[in-house]
Amino acid sequence: MPDSIPADSVGLVTPTSLQFTQPLELECGRRLDAYELVYETYGSLNKARSNAVLICHALSGHHHAAGYHSMDDKRPGWWDTAIGPGKAIDTNRFFVVALNNIGGCHGSTGPSSINPANGQPWGPDFPMVTVRDWVNSQARLADALGIEQWAAVIGGSLGGMQALQWAIDYPDRVRHAAVIASAPKLSAQNIAFNEVARQSILTDPHFHGGRYYLHDTYPRQGLILARMVGHITYLSEDAMRAKFGRDLRAGKFHFGFDVEFQVESYLRHQGETFSRNFDANTYLLMTKALDYYDPARDFDNDLEAALKQTRCRFLVMSFTTDWRFAPQRSEEIVNALVRVGRNVSYAEIDTDKGHDAFLVDIPEYLKLFGAYMHRVAVEVNDAAS
Amino acid sequence: MLRPDLEIIRTWIPDDTRVLDLGCGDGQLLENLRDTRNVHGYGLEIDQDNIAACFERGVNVIEQDIDEGLGNIQDKRFDYVVMTQALQAVHRPDLVLSEMLRVGREAIVTFPNFGHWKVRGYLFFKGRMPVSPTLPHQWYNTPNIHLCTVNDFEAHCRERGYRILQAMVVDRHHEIGPMTRAMPNLFGEIALFRVTR
Repeated sequence: MPDSIPADSVGLVTPTSLQFTQPLELECGRRLDAYELVYETYGSLNKARSNAVLICHALSGHHHAAGYHSMDDKRPGWWDTAIGPGKAIDTNRFFVVALNNIGGCHGSTGPSSINPANGQPWGPDFPMVTVRDWVNSQARLADALGIEQWAAVIGGSLGGMQALQWAIDYPDRVRHAAVIASAPKLSAQNIAFNEVARQSILTDPHFHGGRYYLHDTYPRQGLILARMVGHITYLSEDAMRAKFGRDLRAGKFHFGFDVEFQVESYLRHQGETFSRNFDANTYLLMTKALDYYDPARDFDNDLEAALKQTRCRFLVMSFTTDWRFAPQRSEEIVNALVRVGRNVSYAEIDTDKGHDAFLVDIPEYLKLFGAYMHRVAVEVNDAAS
Repeated sequence: MLRPDLEIIRTWIPDDTRVLDLGCGDGQLLENLRDTRNVHGYGLEIDQDNIAACFERGVNVIEQDIDEGLGNIQDKRFDYVVMTQALQAVHRPDLVLSEMLRVGREAIVTFPNFGHWKVRGYLFFKGRMPVSPTLPHQWYNTPNIHLCTVNDFEAHCRERGYRILQAMVVDRHHEIGPMTRAMPNLFGEIALFRVTR
């Protein structure tokens, strides 16, 4: 809980909710007749409406990207390291929009929302949504906010995939796309980890085929396991060694299966906290969206052909110890962009923080990110004046 | 104001071309070429302060170590591949030059001339590794691990069958005096070459 709001924070923020009644056709062939998107904004939109930046969230993210909801909040929004006055995404210069994606569990329409067809939670009946569907819904939000073109669409991990998809699907509506700690598609290993996470949820006796809401329960153990395995992939081996080593909680072996090593304690804690705050059906949907993501698929599996659609400038960043989406995966995007002659810049940040690094306060990373965004701000102001 | 050696290179590059700048530094050359010659370019750089400077100039820059090759870039992707004051600092200048001519139609390189009379005199009279304003490091900490002379470079081009399209040898103020013109390998401090295969 902050005693006072830090000077470089966007301060106290309140989410807004918007109803959309124009049906959204989904990639899976189904459609959502109506849906709600919850979002937050920081900073102010300039007269030319040219300084808007869209933040796309990753697997477990949401609309609360920066600032505090109340003075009782233990922590600020999930990307407070990068968003705020004077920060890399400078809210003195940009109008920042962060939303919760469809299928989410933080206020936007998702599996835990009520299905108007039967008055019960959607649960497993909620349609499968993809990165492309999210981008289409985000475009509707842009329309509603009167934003013709984003100064930048920015995201890390699964969020970076949305930024890339924006650049492909709406080339005239994106000036810059920042694709951080991301990949042009998942590897077999990535999908394998997601499948372990899903199976742990699907086989939890409290899952009830996804209708656990009706049984007033939820697949707690499944979510804990899913998060534990996921969390391992977010950290690097170096960071784990540095943080926990082989440290024992009680200083000696107990020769049993209770928590003994610090790393076990940490993972269980992470899993438990997550299980209390996240919906299992949403987790299933988000991991499938990750697995399905492959923009090249629409272009005969030719990534270059997909990227030929783009017109924006790209910033791609990766982290040395990220093994979930390793630097080589970012370089696949960079190399393809160079081959098709698109404007792209790339930096690889040296850190031991693994995949999670994109959320962490790493000075070299935020300096480079800030330098790039500074240029975006200058361009946007030139265009506006 | 563009750095003087970059100003010379700028005059060698025609309008509307595609340029790759190896070790592009703070992106001055690429920015200038973009603004004055409508050049579409990318820089490769490993220093993150320089990368940040390129970001602020809106110059495309990719973090990549030249010593690890240019294998990610397809043949003849660029019209010009430029490398200023870095040939002597790479692990294998011959391989880098060959890669430059694979990914580009022409290569432009600049390097300090180790054949300059002061360098020769330093070694001859002092018996120590030369230290000068163009070569300010000590033998043990110099990044310049593959120094060569103008004659060495020309011989290398002959051996490999590279054609020298343009050459200029200047003093450290990037000027050409009568002496540098007459005996470039003795009086030139910085050499600039444009070559093709």
